[in-house]
Amino acid sequence: MNAQLRQTVQRGGQTSLRGAIEIVDVVKSYDQGGASVQAVDHCSLSIPAGEICMIVGPSGCGKTTLLNAIAGFHGIDGGAITLDGRTLCGQGRPKAEIGADRIVVFQNGALFPWKTNLDNVAFGPIVQKRLTKAEAYEKARELMAEAGLSGHERAYPGELSSGLQRRVEIVRALMNDPAVLLLDEPYRALDALTKSVMHEALLETYYRTGVTIFFITHDLEEAIFLGHRVVAMTSRPCRPKRIFEIDIPHPRSYDALTSTRFRELAAEISACVDEEAIKSFALGEREG
Amino acid sequence: MSDIAANAPATGRSNSIWARRLIPDLATRRALIAITAALLVWQVGATSGSWLGTPLPIIGAAPAPDAVLTAWTKLLGDPGYWQSWVSSLLRVTLGFIAATAIGAPFGLALSSWSIFRGLAFPVFELLRPIPPLAWVPASIIFWPTQELSIAFVIFLGGFYTIVLNILGGADALDPRLIQSARSMGASRWTIFRRLILPGVLPSLGVGMETAIGVTWEVVVAAEMISGGSSGASASSGGGLGFFIWNSYVGGAYPNIVVGMISIGFAGYFSSALARWAMGRATPWLKRT
Repeated sequence: MNAQLRQTVQRGGQTSLRGAIEIVDVVKSYDQGGASVQAVDHCSLSIPAGEICMIVGPSGCGKTTLLNAIAGFHGIDGGAITLDGRTLCGQGRPKAEIGADRIVVFQNGALFPWKTNLDNVAFGPIVQKRLTKAEAYEKARELMAEAGLSGHERAYPGELSSGLQRRVEIVRALMNDPAVLLLDEPYRALDALTKSVMHEALLETYYRTGVTIFFITHDLEEAIFLGHRVVAMTSRPCRPKRIFEIDIPHPRSYDALTSTRFRELAAEISACVDEEAIKSFALGEREG
Repeated sequence: MSDIAANAPATGRSNSIWARRLIPDLATRRALIAITAALLVWQVGATSGSWLGTPLPIIGAAPAPDAVLTAWTKLLGDPGYWQSWVSSLLRVTLGFIAATAIGAPFGLALSSWSIFRGLAFPVFELLRPIPPLAWVPASIIFWPTQELSIAFVIFLGGFYTIVLNILGGADALDPRLIQSARSMGASRWTIFRRLILPGVLPSLGVGMETAIGVTWEVVVAAEMISGGSSGASASSGGGLGFFIWNSYVGGAYPNIVVGMISIGFAGYFSSALARWAMGRATPWLKRT
């Protein structure tokens, strides 16, 4: 597993060791109509640098709460989260600072509708004043071309299909040279065919950059196809119930879906997740 | 040619072919048909006294279209009529510009500054239900000149509409856009300038389009109430509202209708202008 990771994390010949996330004993509850709801309970998870870590679990179990805590959109009540040894939150700092080293890609996308795709992609480095405008646009064009988005630079996001929009958004995220991509069901709204194209494109991007990916999904096939590991979460409060090593060698192609090993893993993970889904359903959790 | 005839539904529409050639656009053709029909009904109804013996109720008392047209043709050469146009137009422009120039920043401040919202919004909501026309007497007392008091009442008419639309637009902005901009390192000022401003622009457009209609309603009523009291005659600076009122007092009934239609045109063209300008300012909406 580690050998496999190291092998796939070659960034232009050198091994990148950015983006290791340690989630230690994280606790988080929030108010819902006056009642305190425990969203995350003593959750610990260690994600090595350069891993694609897939998080699956019942709706409303608190997966997104965890993602928001890593991103710094809200704080935690206890425990700690570190990135490459640096404490993001915990130990007297309840809320992580929002930063360009952890970029979130949301389910319905958050491209700026009034900016062209190129302006969207170039946004990060320009506002961070990390690159000059000319440099940012040059790099943006380059990355867009690599992702097969040439010709869409001057279009507005609303003029693209939702699959292409999501691709633009991932390119926009990569422009910030993040250590971690935080993906919150980015492909949920896409049809199956578009999804498979997106998966292969994401893997291609991953093989090129070696960026750590924290990926929340409901789609078990997606989880197994993309992930080095699949973490099945318990129904609320959320914590890892079981972690599955996906021992299908990278680089993967869609042929992997038909392999016997894939079917075995799917059956095993599905059994584990279904159990939690039934519990969660019985508790009447809302979608989300 | 015979092919087309064979494929066409057999509804005997061949007589409309000349109309199609004359006005190829379907919407324009329909609009013209509707307007012609309305004029016909009006003409027949208004002259009902002469061919029925007794005039029909309501419509029988109205001046007929041909009488209105005759009156209008005469007025076209009357500088007083054009002076009324100019007076009303100036008042609307002044009031509308003031409403936009003050309303837009006020709405933006309300939406992005919670302390200001807490302080100012209750006052705004208390004043808002007071119809602009109820302000006329107070306005005449407050403002040194008649012109300013009319402009103030017009300003109020547009102000509330613009503020409410901006508030609605800002509240409807997807918070994830702001989250993702923050995570890419955008400062508060960048978020305001690059996200909130363009984000509320479409709502400002809707607000301006509605507001310009409201300002025409208000200007006419304000002129009727106060326009003539400074001794202005129909041929001086009374505006279209006073023109209508004066025509009524003087018994020139066709001129009343001329005044009304003039306001219809004025409102239509100023709304169209506002719509066109907003279309230019929000290119991302037009293309989708």
